[in-house]
Amino acid sequence: MNKKWLSAAAKLAAATVLASVLAACSAGGGGGTNTASGSGASNCTNTIPKKNLPVVTMWGWYPNMQLVVDNFNKQNGEVQVCWTNVGQGSDEYDKFQTAISAGTGAPDVIMIEMDRIPTFQIQNALVDIKKYGFDAVKADYSEGAWKDVSVGDAVYGVPVDGGPMAMIYRKDIFEKYDITPPKTWAEYEQAAQKIKDAGGPAFGDFAANVSALTMALQIQKGAAPFTYDPAQQSSVGVKLNDQGSKDVLDYWGRLAKNGLVGTQDQFTPEYISGVINGKYATYISAAWAPGYLTGAGVGKGEDTGKFAVAPLPQWDADHPVQVNWGGSAFSVTSQAKNPELAAKVAYGLYADKESLTDGWTNQIIFPLNLKALNDPEFVNLKVAFFDGQQANKEVYVPAANAYKGVTYSPFGQYYFDAMTKQVSALIEGSVTGAQAADRLQEDVAKYAKEQGFTVQ
Amino acid sequence: MIEKSAPRTQEKTHKIRGKVRLREHLMGWLFVGPFGIVFLALLIAPLAYALYLSLFQKKLIGGTSFVFLDNYVKAFTDPSFLSGSWFVIRFSLVSIPLQIIVALALALILDAVTSMFTRFSRLMIFLPYAIPTVIGAVMWGFLYSKSFGPLSDIFGLLGTAPPDFLGSNLIFYGLVNVVTWQWAGYYMIILYAALQGIDPALYEAARMDGAGKWQVALRIKIPLIAPALLLILVFSLIGTLQFFNEPQILRSLAAGTIGPDFTPNMYAYQQAFALANFNYGSAISFALGGIVFVGVYAFLFFTRKRRSFL
Repeated sequence: MNKKWLSAAAKLAAATVLASVLAACSAGGGGGTNTASGSGASNCTNTIPKKNLPVVTMWGWYPNMQLVVDNFNKQNGEVQVCWTNVGQGSDEYDKFQTAISAGTGAPDVIMIEMDRIPTFQIQNALVDIKKYGFDAVKADYSEGAWKDVSVGDAVYGVPVDGGPMAMIYRKDIFEKYDITPPKTWAEYEQAAQKIKDAGGPAFGDFAANVSALTMALQIQKGAAPFTYDPAQQSSVGVKLNDQGSKDVLDYWGRLAKNGLVGTQDQFTPEYISGVINGKYATYISAAWAPGYLTGAGVGKGEDTGKFAVAPLPQWDADHPVQVNWGGSAFSVTSQAKNPELAAKVAYGLYADKESLTDGWTNQIIFPLNLKALNDPEFVNLKVAFFDGQQANKEVYVPAANAYKGVTYSPFGQYYFDAMTKQVSALIEGSVTGAQAADRLQEDVAKYAKEQGFTVQ
Repeated sequence: MIEKSAPRTQEKTHKIRGKVRLREHLMGWLFVGPFGIVFLALLIAPLAYALYLSLFQKKLIGGTSFVFLDNYVKAFTDPSFLSGSWFVIRFSLVSIPLQIIVALALALILDAVTSMFTRFSRLMIFLPYAIPTVIGAVMWGFLYSKSFGPLSDIFGLLGTAPPDFLGSNLIFYGLVNVVTWQWAGYYMIILYAALQGIDPALYEAARMDGAGKWQVALRIKIPLIAPALLLILVFSLIGTLQFFNEPQILRSLAAGTIGPDFTPNMYAYQQAFALANFNYGSAISFALGGIVFVGVYAFLFFTRKRRSFL
């Protein structure tokens, strides 16, 4: 008992390091946090092999970044990359944001999650890289992937990894309670009720701190939260209380109220321990989840080989809609000394076969580069985490191919924080889903107006 | 001769004294200089800059404009700022008396009892203060865990679910506990030092007059360390109103419970560093500074008779 407690604690201690900084980002992994400013080329984490070439600085947090940068530097005869890891997700954004406000201190190239691109673009912090060799690589990515890194016609990033969504589930729990993977959300609720009636664990988790996930689930029901045209930068469409958005919040609010799903914050040791101990029958998540979970210690002990994956449940099984959660891109910042050279790095980094293969075999990324996405080896991969299931072929690749892209908001941070507040109130039971959506609309529209936008 | 020379000597000494005074002045400034420069560069200048920033407004669309006190008007009508401020005030009213009572009780016990464990106990009680706040908060985050902390083991034995100290109902008490654990030991040391400074002859006199141990504690010791008590009260009042570290750390475990506007300081941080609104962030900081100033000033005003440390 005691020993078990200790080993769990050790696992979870490792998990915290990852979890505390990971919020809906692409992949798990430790890595040292270097707080040094990346603007100078003198303090790179990597060693630059060709010292006579011009250097482009970059920030990024993929766990295999060192290898990716080394591959690029080895293969490139024109430019060298000086890379630092200044933290994952919010940690990096806060530093970037400070550098933008200060007007100095940002790197030339930066890794950011795609849903953050408009937030930085509107502050003129990113460079449109369409004129720097876009046509040469256009065919390497799907249209949906390009849409996620674009604002209007301008391209503000090169897609690297994506998060096509699916339902990860525990085979042992499904077998024990005689359940087949639900195809629709109605079936999902029925299955949850069935397990609860039989005294089983929670069927899933509805958390306040994963706004990007909640947004994706709303988009699946037809929500289009933001419309935003950079040609008319001062006007933004905010529609957070349409019927689809309300329905999704009502649905999960009901499941939480009836005790069918847990309400634990995700990316926390508490949640991971729940996943390991079989407290949740399903985990609605994206293609980076197996890598993240493995890194957090899931699927290594008694729970080895107990996980499987099925397509995301649908509202209308005849008209399936695929959505995305997370995924990152490389963008060129407007503080880049030589944007053309920086764009070459953004286009070329993590686009060579060696790096991509390392990324997907180690489950660090779900690649968006079609060279990898169409690679039979990738498609047919028997994923160890899913006990040899061909997860890419059966679930993730079709989901990625059907993904249409989304318009993200130019004030993503505020929107996500406001959503957390409302979902938290919904979980507590002080508002209904529909009310939460209305309040969110009011809150975000007010903020947009304060920031000088005309809200439609 | 004597009469004649007297004014001259006086004049002379006056001159010398003047020179000495000038030199003393110069020396004084020279000694204060290094501190003064650091003080100006690292405290006054940033404060002035923040004050300057707080008078402007920066919009994503439309850029920066001078708005004078608009940010302050907004802050004092902003539900996030007001509810955060109300939270820290409520928090002060509960946690400060608790910390001081615990610290005082411990200090009196350690002062009265002399055994080989006194020294050890003193060190152990002080130890939490030596642990960085961040690590302390992370540690408590684990201890509060519903599924793998000791709470779940204890309540598991009783067959009930453990209370969720990171949930919205109990987070207040969860934080009160963390803060008390961290600071009571430190305050105890201050009070203990003050107790050690009391002349033992007073105890003897009191005993001769028939005072028991309780009476010595209540009527001699506590009144004599009142200045130290006041000092820690002011320390804890300022510290609590600026509450930031513990909730900010626990936020990564309970983002749903602890919003980014949980306390005014956290709200200022979010505005400045996450939302790029340095202007409003500065205004919130200054508004909070105003609340702290008013609070501490009012407190000192009402206790002015016993104020001997300021």
